[in-house]
Amino acid sequence: MSSATSSTQAGADRPGKKNLLFGLSNTLVYRLLSIVAVFGIWEIAGRIPISVAFPTFGETMQALFEMTLDGRMVHAYGETLKPLATGVIISGVFGVVIGVGMGLNRLFQWMWEPIFIVLQASPVAALIPLITYAYGIGLTAKTVAVIMLAAPIIVLNTYKAVRNASPSLIQMSRSFQGTRMQEIWKVIIPSAAPIIFAGLRLGVAAGFIGVILAELLITPTGLGDLISYHRSIAEYPQMYAAVFSIIVFSAVMVGFLENVEVKYFRPEKKKGL
Amino acid sequence: MASAAAAPAYKGTTETSKDNIVEVRNISKTYGTDIHALDAINLAFPTGQMTTLLGPSGCGKTTLLKIIAGLLEPSDGQVFVHGRPVTGPGPERAFVFQDFALLPWATVLRNVGFGLELTKHPKSEREEKARHYINEVGLAGFEDKYPHELSGGMRQRVGLARAMAVDADVLLMDEPFSAVDEQTRRKFQEDLLHLLSVERKTVIFVTHSIEEAVYVSDQIVLLSPRPGRIHATIRPDISRDISPDDIRRNKTYLDTVEEIWTDLRKYLD
Repeated sequence: MSSATSSTQAGADRPGKKNLLFGLSNTLVYRLLSIVAVFGIWEIAGRIPISVAFPTFGETMQALFEMTLDGRMVHAYGETLKPLATGVIISGVFGVVIGVGMGLNRLFQWMWEPIFIVLQASPVAALIPLITYAYGIGLTAKTVAVIMLAAPIIVLNTYKAVRNASPSLIQMSRSFQGTRMQEIWKVIIPSAAPIIFAGLRLGVAAGFIGVILAELLITPTGLGDLISYHRSIAEYPQMYAAVFSIIVFSAVMVGFLENVEVKYFRPEKKKGL
Repeated sequence: MASAAAAPAYKGTTETSKDNIVEVRNISKTYGTDIHALDAINLAFPTGQMTTLLGPSGCGKTTLLKIIAGLLEPSDGQVFVHGRPVTGPGPERAFVFQDFALLPWATVLRNVGFGLELTKHPKSEREEKARHYINEVGLAGFEDKYPHELSGGMRQRVGLARAMAVDADVLLMDEPFSAVDEQTRRKFQEDLLHLLSVERKTVIFVTHSIEEAVYVSDQIVLLSPRPGRIHATIRPDISRDISPDDIRRNKTYLDTVEEIWTDLRKYLD
């Protein structure tokens, strides 16, 4: 065992130096390069221009800056976040609970699986008129649209993650006299966590699609209103600023979920392979 | 040496049931209607000895081990541990898994203490025990590593330490070295024998390696395939006082390996 000890000690000395580039961590440099490249291409495409309706990156950032300063952006997010946050939280909490239940219990699976498979397969945009018929044009209808897009992804991912939790780890827990509850909390859920969180990330992203769809198709409020209003009066930088901001916001949320996963469920990923 | 060579390598078991910590009575296992994995197995495992279940793949040796562990229900028959019938996993038996079955999100320290965690031992006690056995299996200094940072051989040492930490009388080992390379396997076998001479455990060991079975065992049970039946029980007459390298060159050792091979090869055609 002495040889193994010395090799890991040698390994422990290295990472500090090896992974740095221009004084920044290696991965950070490459991520920044990727972002700069995309914005650069956007700027060039806007300058050519590829379409009169396509503003440059600079113009869009300027519009974003102005709209943030005069409070329009803040107001729009206040409106959009209501159905979005409600819908995503409901989908996240109930979606994971229903998905875990489906993974653990066949009866529960048979009861819920058809609903969510149908929902996942259906084009939700086509169902939005049906939502307005049932729930009107207010906050409820928009929340329902978010849930219809986010929940099936979260439920089905969670269910499959739980169902496919390592059988050998479950057997290990039983052999050391783990109870069913210990087996679920200490083995199945942590084992399923990476796929559950992948589902949550996809679900949250789908929720963003749902809320924008609802705000464009039901009644224009919040960000949907900003997008459709600025498009109608041909203020393309403002329109793209609204679209850009929602993408950034969505990406930040997805990144946040990833941190939660690593911090609370899978600490071994923090160290990296 | 000459007298050892003259002694027969095959001997019958003569123990009385009092000396047998685990007894398997009339165990059969069928999967569905047509797959007959085990057929009327009767076996006794003497206290403090190492018994190997040896046989070609498909002979039901892992099935038998998991029935003894209480992880599988037999179709017929009963297993007795300390004279009491087995209805499920119990504290007097600990399992070492072929694929290690370590929690990837837990450190070596938590993995080794996981058996104690499940039986609700206080944290300080289980960490103290875990540290002791991490040390025993030669992994001191790796307490805070995660399984993916360890080699295959080291991972199985964690699996062994976890089984030792719950202080069971019987260790059930399911091909523990099959996922480990040959050099590590030899070192591990030597370390295991040394550890067992200190800890006084009864071990039931499943393997498909004849050399491994003869090297580590006090008693070898040969199983025939489909349906699994006991073909022979062998007690290699090799002194455990000689060094590992001498055992591997010992004539009785080599003869026993050869006899088992001659015996088993007919199942391979």
